[in-house]
Amino acid sequence: MRRQGILRVFVAGSGLTVLVCATILCTWIWTVQPVGAVVTGRVGERLTYPSPLEILSSKNAKQFYVLCNESDEVRVLDSATGTAVKAISVGHVPRGIALSPDGSRLFVTNSWDDTISVIDTGSLEVAATWKVGAEPSSVVEDRTGRYLFVANRISNDVAVLSAQTGAEIKRLAAGRGASYMAMAPDGGKVYVTHVYPNPSPHRTEPESEITVIDAQRAVVVDRIQLHGIAGVFHAAVSADGRLGVAAELHPKNLVPLAHLEHGGAFEDTLMLFGADVGNRTVEVPLDELERYAARPFDVAITPDKSHLYVTSGGSEIVTVIDVRRLLNYVQTHHAPFVQDLSASSNYVVTRIPVGRDPRGMLITDNGRKLLVANRLDDTISVIDTQTNRVGSTIRLASPSKLSVLRYGEQTFYTARYSFQGQIGCANCHIDSTFDGLEWDLEPDGFGRDIVDNRLIEDLKGTEPYKWNGGNPNLPTECGPRTEKYFWRSANYDDLTLADLVTYMLSLPLRPNRWRLPGYELSPAQERGKAIFDRAVDKFGAPIPLQNRCSYCHSGPKGTDQKSFDVGTRKLTDNSGRFDTPQLSNIALTAPYLHDGSAATLEEIWTVFNPEDKHGRTNDLTKDELNDLIEYLRTR
Amino acid sequence: MKISLATMTLTAAAAFTWAAPSTVPAVNHVPQMPHYRFENFTTANGLPDDHVYSVLVDGDRIWAGTDNGLAVYENHTWKTYTTKDGLAHRAVLSLALDRNTGDVWAGTMGGLSRISGGHIDSFTQLNSGLSNDVVYGVAVQGEDVWVATAAGGSRLNLRTGQWALYNERNTPMVEIWVYGVSASPTKVYYAVWGSGVLEYDQSTKTWDKYEDPDGETEMVLFKDQGLIHEITSSVSFVDKVLWVSTYFGDSRYDGRYWHNFLTKDSGLPSNFTNFVKGVDANHAWFCTDRGLAYYDGTNWAVYRPSLTTGRPEMTVRDAQGHVTAVPVTTAPAHHYILGIDFQGNDIWVATARGLSHGIFQN
Repeated sequence: MRRQGILRVFVAGSGLTVLVCATILCTWIWTVQPVGAVVTGRVGERLTYPSPLEILSSKNAKQFYVLCNESDEVRVLDSATGTAVKAISVGHVPRGIALSPDGSRLFVTNSWDDTISVIDTGSLEVAATWKVGAEPSSVVEDRTGRYLFVANRISNDVAVLSAQTGAEIKRLAAGRGASYMAMAPDGGKVYVTHVYPNPSPHRTEPESEITVIDAQRAVVVDRIQLHGIAGVFHAAVSADGRLGVAAELHPKNLVPLAHLEHGGAFEDTLMLFGADVGNRTVEVPLDELERYAARPFDVAITPDKSHLYVTSGGSEIVTVIDVRRLLNYVQTHHAPFVQDLSASSNYVVTRIPVGRDPRGMLITDNGRKLLVANRLDDTISVIDTQTNRVGSTIRLASPSKLSVLRYGEQTFYTARYSFQGQIGCANCHIDSTFDGLEWDLEPDGFGRDIVDNRLIEDLKGTEPYKWNGGNPNLPTECGPRTEKYFWRSANYDDLTLADLVTYMLSLPLRPNRWRLPGYELSPAQERGKAIFDRAVDKFGAPIPLQNRCSYCHSGPKGTDQKSFDVGTRKLTDNSGRFDTPQLSNIALTAPYLHDGSAATLEEIWTVFNPEDKHGRTNDLTKDELNDLIEYLRTR
Repeated sequence: MKISLATMTLTAAAAFTWAAPSTVPAVNHVPQMPHYRFENFTTANGLPDDHVYSVLVDGDRIWAGTDNGLAVYENHTWKTYTTKDGLAHRAVLSLALDRNTGDVWAGTMGGLSRISGGHIDSFTQLNSGLSNDVVYGVAVQGEDVWVATAAGGSRLNLRTGQWALYNERNTPMVEIWVYGVSASPTKVYYAVWGSGVLEYDQSTKTWDKYEDPDGETEMVLFKDQGLIHEITSSVSFVDKVLWVSTYFGDSRYDGRYWHNFLTKDSGLPSNFTNFVKGVDANHAWFCTDRGLAYYDGTNWAVYRPSLTTGRPEMTVRDAQGHVTAVPVTTAPAHHYILGIDFQGNDIWVATARGLSHGIFQN
């Protein structure tokens, strides 16, 4: 128990819950046992923590650049001493960072501003800010200094900019959720990975891809298909260019989520590609029985290709892998390996505990040191790669106390509460969003009530939760039911649950990219709004109240918080009544309907509304339906 | 106007059969027209189907839209994409290359497909804003994919994902059976079967329409006063000149003057033209049901297997109307021509009985 006392902070009633959570946020000052080395208190203030996400070395190796995800900064550290040199303010929610080949410029993607900050590494000032696509998440410059590639998570593409002027040259279609990029050592190719799965037929294995871009021609030349994968994070390519490695999640969403004790929710895996594995893809597990590597994020390969390192944000470890043993294993055994929890013992050297939510890594001193950015305790672990131990820890300047929100965030991202530490909230709610998957949850019966995963931003005023409306408030949603059906482990204590709920209720809605400046509506959006609001169909007949879009999807968030039968019940559903989902950022969250059976917004009405029960829509022409969808995208 | 395709075909064949002038042996005054050695591809040497609707040159790669899949020829080998690979439909009617990204767009009988990095994504009238699954034509300009469908035109903006539909409700289109599209930075043209040509001005975002001044008749009362016929089958806008093919002759429009081509006063082998592709303002290729025709601004050449004997045939018509038979040993795979694209001086020709590679000789 990390606290001196326990206080019940939530009750079943949702209104009271919000009230209590607000009370927590505004007034409490709660003394707790330290977590890690820094914690001296637990406060209700909204404090800003640096939250180091990625780390780079300057060209001359004299400085480290630490991308701080929540304080919107790049912290510059002296590499010899770890002391702060400067904090450079960048845009909102920076997510990716890259150095130009000559080391003179540092590029930072500001994911909520849709911009890139260009930092002059001589003056350590922002020299320019360039516009890019929706939610830029990583950036890399080609070796010739001609192109800057930017992976845009929401627009699902890679913007190709002039590396000198920032002028956008073109966009390349990537997979869904394009987020991370790795440049081949020879500069010839860029490998792009994706945090969301590509569209695939309902209730089939998820599919993702590594988009391969020819860096000289700036065209997509290949899409390496990743079967069964949803959620791919960083990739790395060995110095000789022969081995590519991507960190990824392999969900088991087609089977009932009832067997966590048997490794039943996710496999945490690496996808190997390149000449060393015969130019095919080979998926290998990181997990070992009772020792999981939840939410693998970054991959680093030593210059001599002897070892590779993988951070696991949920498990709060760095996994060390012997590359020679790994390659020998995959070359001498028959795939598939992914469900073999004994496989990783053949190539995993050790698992090194580090800080909370470890993310980006940096290999320095010719492979002798490994730096790890621990996002949720604002530290950098410095690992001696000879001993595989954390030799020292650099602590970034940050608030001396942990807030309720910070505790809640730590709870959200850790896997420590689940059985054997297999999964955490962030497994399915990637970066506090969603995962694009449908799941078969246990409480409704095996094979019953398949449910689509929903966005969890801006949740206040959207209760009840679950598609059947069965959870009246977040403490119920995230508390006993999550513990029983997801974690299959010990309960959260009451305060931990309160922290978590407070954090979740604090998650803001990301900017809507379909809205015009000033919240004006385009002509198509205006026409769509008229359809959304209409009370009379095109034949002049009144539309019954419950058959109007604006009736159920009412209010600022597009939900009246009630359940209806809109004719979408499937044979596997226990009931035809479903909670009205909020429309917030609905364009991002495909697939749709309660079970994710509609691959696109269009299919909600072109396929799944034959009787006009999900709104009166069958009198609409195709262009009118397009207008309605254009309007919905602005919500 | 409601005329079935079959009726139109019969009408065209009966009324406008190419009345070839008597040919004379080749003499020194025969205009110099391009000669080709044709190498033909069929199912016998790798094509998935002999019926080739469309062809696209993509550098060293050749894409062929067939009745049974999309084939790509690279390094002397054919590879075929089918519906199992995600292609929207087996019958690929039209093709376009996004020169910015290298992606290929395929219009099929069951939707629109994008081939990118060897992977296919498909857009249909059910899963997207596409107006209709029968996609006769496709063109890419900048960030827009312009689509000609059996229920109007569609435009997909690749940056925003927004679909805009064009039909009788928001354009001067009378019919919505759109057969072809050609897009440029300034203008976009739709060939609308039964409704002439629609012009979209990219700067003013307004529509204009070009129709047959003789109305919905098969008569030509006022030649060169407008589009030759309402039953248009394709458009090609190049060097600010619009080339239009119809089932009743072809047209050229330079923005001020129209010039029309009929078998009776040009080198066209047939007035029934499936497809036209302009090389520049003065040169164009016409894909007819009776052979492939090339127009150099003055003279005409026709390439085909003989309609009677099947033997390779090339004829040249000069400005005075003299037609000369030029001895050749090869010809396109069939006289029913559906599409063409250029690879340097070479041509690739889609026919009803195979794909032909015309290798430039002189």
